[in-house]
Amino acid sequence: MSQTSTPPPSATTRAAGSAATYVDDRVGVAKGVRYGLNKVFPDHWSFMLGEIAMYSLVILLLTGTFLTFWYVPSAGSVVYDGSYVPLKGIRMSEAYKSTIDISFDIRGGLLIRQIHHWSALLFVASIAVHMFRVFFTGAFRKPREANWVIGIVLSLLALIEGFAGYSLPDDLLSGTGLSFARGMILSIPIVGSYASSFIFNGEFPGEALIPRLYTVHVLLIPALLVGLFAVHIMLVALQKHTQFPGPGRTEHNVVGYKVMPTYAAKAGGFFFIVFGLTTLLAAFATINPIWAYGPYDPSPVTAGSQPDWYMGWLEGAIRLLPGFLEFELLGWTFSMNIALGGLILPGIITGLAVAYPFLEAWVTGDKREHHLLDRPRNAPTRTALGVMAITFYLLLLAGGGNDIIATRFNLSINDITTFLRVMVIVVPPLTFILAKRVCLGLQRRDREMVLHGRESGRIVRLPHGEFIEVHEPLSEHDRWLLVQHDVHRPLPLPVGADEHGVRAPRAGLARTRAKLSSFWFEDRIEPVTPAELVAAHSHGEHDTVEGAAGERKAISAH
Amino acid sequence: MSDGTTTPAVRETGDEPQRAVAIPGTTAAPTLFANPGLPEHVHRMADTDVRAAKRAERQVATLFVISMIGTLVFLVSYFAVDARTSVYLPGIGKTELQHALLGAGLGAGLFFIGIGAVHWAKTLMPDVEVIEERHDLRSSDEDRAGALAILREGNEGSGLARRPLIKLTMGGALGLFGLPFVLALRDLGPLPGDSKSHTVWKANTRLVTDVESAPILASDVTIGSVYHVMPEGIDELDHRLEERAKAAVLLIRLNPDDIVSAKERSWGYQGIVAYSKICTHVGCPVGLYEQTTHHLLCPCHQSTFDVTQDCKVIFGPAARNLPQLMITVDTDGYLIAKSDFSESVGPSFPERGSR
Repeated sequence: MSQTSTPPPSATTRAAGSAATYVDDRVGVAKGVRYGLNKVFPDHWSFMLGEIAMYSLVILLLTGTFLTFWYVPSAGSVVYDGSYVPLKGIRMSEAYKSTIDISFDIRGGLLIRQIHHWSALLFVASIAVHMFRVFFTGAFRKPREANWVIGIVLSLLALIEGFAGYSLPDDLLSGTGLSFARGMILSIPIVGSYASSFIFNGEFPGEALIPRLYTVHVLLIPALLVGLFAVHIMLVALQKHTQFPGPGRTEHNVVGYKVMPTYAAKAGGFFFIVFGLTTLLAAFATINPIWAYGPYDPSPVTAGSQPDWYMGWLEGAIRLLPGFLEFELLGWTFSMNIALGGLILPGIITGLAVAYPFLEAWVTGDKREHHLLDRPRNAPTRTALGVMAITFYLLLLAGGGNDIIATRFNLSINDITTFLRVMVIVVPPLTFILAKRVCLGLQRRDREMVLHGRESGRIVRLPHGEFIEVHEPLSEHDRWLLVQHDVHRPLPLPVGADEHGVRAPRAGLARTRAKLSSFWFEDRIEPVTPAELVAAHSHGEHDTVEGAAGERKAISAH
Repeated sequence: MSDGTTTPAVRETGDEPQRAVAIPGTTAAPTLFANPGLPEHVHRMADTDVRAAKRAERQVATLFVISMIGTLVFLVSYFAVDARTSVYLPGIGKTELQHALLGAGLGAGLFFIGIGAVHWAKTLMPDVEVIEERHDLRSSDEDRAGALAILREGNEGSGLARRPLIKLTMGGALGLFGLPFVLALRDLGPLPGDSKSHTVWKANTRLVTDVESAPILASDVTIGSVYHVMPEGIDELDHRLEERAKAAVLLIRLNPDDIVSAKERSWGYQGIVAYSKICTHVGCPVGLYEQTTHHLLCPCHQSTFDVTQDCKVIFGPAARNLPQLMITVDTDGYLIAKSDFSESVGPSFPERGSR
């Protein structure tokens, strides 16, 4: 911005200036700093979801480092003699004992541990919601397909990292989770026993897993997470952030605030807000009270055992799959009642998520870059597919909590399970249809709004006695959001054979594509064109007579 | 405005070529609407009113002061508050006072820095939206050709295409060098062997109650009662947890007339039956017994087993019966095992059927 007057630099500014000169003389970063700080970031609340994930990651690294100073990654057996009286004299692993010590004998230890656990939950949750945002707005389209895939890998890493983390305290609940994981490993066809024996160094639970899991949790996965996250965010900077459509925003610009100072202050402040709220949550909401569960022992179990929320859907799949899916073939036992839910289902879901951007690009035949986001209603089929996936996920999650539902609402666990087995298959397609209809309805309403304006609440009596409500035409700025989008049309069915009867190469593939394309775009509502608006105003729209004249002038004024 | 990459917000009309605009002087409507450009900037109170700006400044400062107070609360309670004191907080319950104060102090310290910074940005920092142009992500044709040329040159210089011997051997070497790293993982653990198929139960092992390790007199077991049972001496073994994970048993006394299966009756003792407590699904302990229906329920995934019918699965995801332990009594009347389980206990595994 042009400054009207430049005040003489203060001592601080001069000091900062000379420090900057010192650095730039040696590494020449000024160009990069200028480029970076001059970047413009668009503003929208939904862009903060990814930020929450980023800040949670930072909080996790900070608090996790703290915990490593006291945590002992060993399954070695000790007898507890600390300050928590109910556990005195009980045999337990060093891992469990050190976690108890962190909770009771290190000042602020419980706080740090609970911040770590809460922000882990928040981390996965914000990643999930961030993914929904990216999906529903079409932000994964060219040129951002690779970043979508990186995001999926990040979300899987986050799940594994979370699971590894809550297995480390070696309390009864985490041990139950590990025995569940071991059952899943055993269900890998043919090599399950080998995988389990290698991972646990022999029999379950063994003493090898805790230290191994520790290395995975504090080194391997965090390194991958941070590395991939760096690529993720660098691609965002390189490709520049997407923006929602609006007046002045195009595919060729970014409208927003510069990094310095507004965006930096908001984003930096938001870090402290996330950290502060997580800390307050950790202060007043107990999470994972391991002292109440006791040390791990394979024979007892607590009723209502629940994994952390992000594992709930897999737990649900495992609970819902019926036992008859286990079969024997050529002397091998195939436990499909477990493998289908625990291994194959997450594989399929991940595969579909990875494939989606490429599938949609193929179906639309759209090779353009997209930097303006879609309003979810303007991509009804995509939105409906997303809603279907979320419904499926939520039903599995409900399946994972079927015992909680049964005890809370006094229902039969068997009825709930049977009901959910059916619902998991029946309801997602219904929500697909519903979501698509809602989108199309919203698009129709948008058209209506553009064509006839908004209801003014002003009732006017016409000379011949009729009462009408006057509709006010939209301003061109308000109208723009409702008319700016492109609509894809189904690709034409390919000609099967040319005039000589020779089949076109890959005709089958082209036909599949055309069919998919018509599934995606058969039902569509096109945005209002200026011609339609003119027509709406000149043909019998007596209730907008007043506005129409001005409106026509506005259009032809362009 | 210091460089050319950003331009101050101006009203711009649609710049997208495909969006035709009406031709001036004609009445024909354009085919698409034109982008009307950024709406006019609306100034905030603090932009125009010095007093409002001053007020915002004071608000930001207050928020930062609250943050400082929060951090002070943390520092003071770290030293001055006893770690053992509990307080009752309404809506939260009993909690350690020091933990709550540390959390509240740190939380407020962080939160109000954030709120202060955001308030500062929203009220006093520039809120004029600026436009940054996007540039094509693709490189220029010249750069592309140049990069390709370098690659081609490098490829030719290496002579890889002309010297297939080097190409093949290098491929072989690179393909092989990963193997040692994969192979080195082999010693992560022993081969599975048949350890999953054996437990420490054997003939004449006494059944003892879990935790107290007391032997069980058959005459003490009343109808309807349930015991969590382990083999005698298991807690002295080296691999205590591994053995406990396989050997855990539930002992239940039924009215012999209620038992449907003849095999079950003959493997038990006067209606006392012993079943593996490890679920055949994924291996949770089957902990819940319903006396009236004689059902065993796994609390993890709700597999339900009928104790009167060989503990067969009557609901849920498990595929197989719980294995039964053959029991009898010794000369003193204590319950003992007649042998190890006749099949593998716990979750299924690929080789299970062949054992």
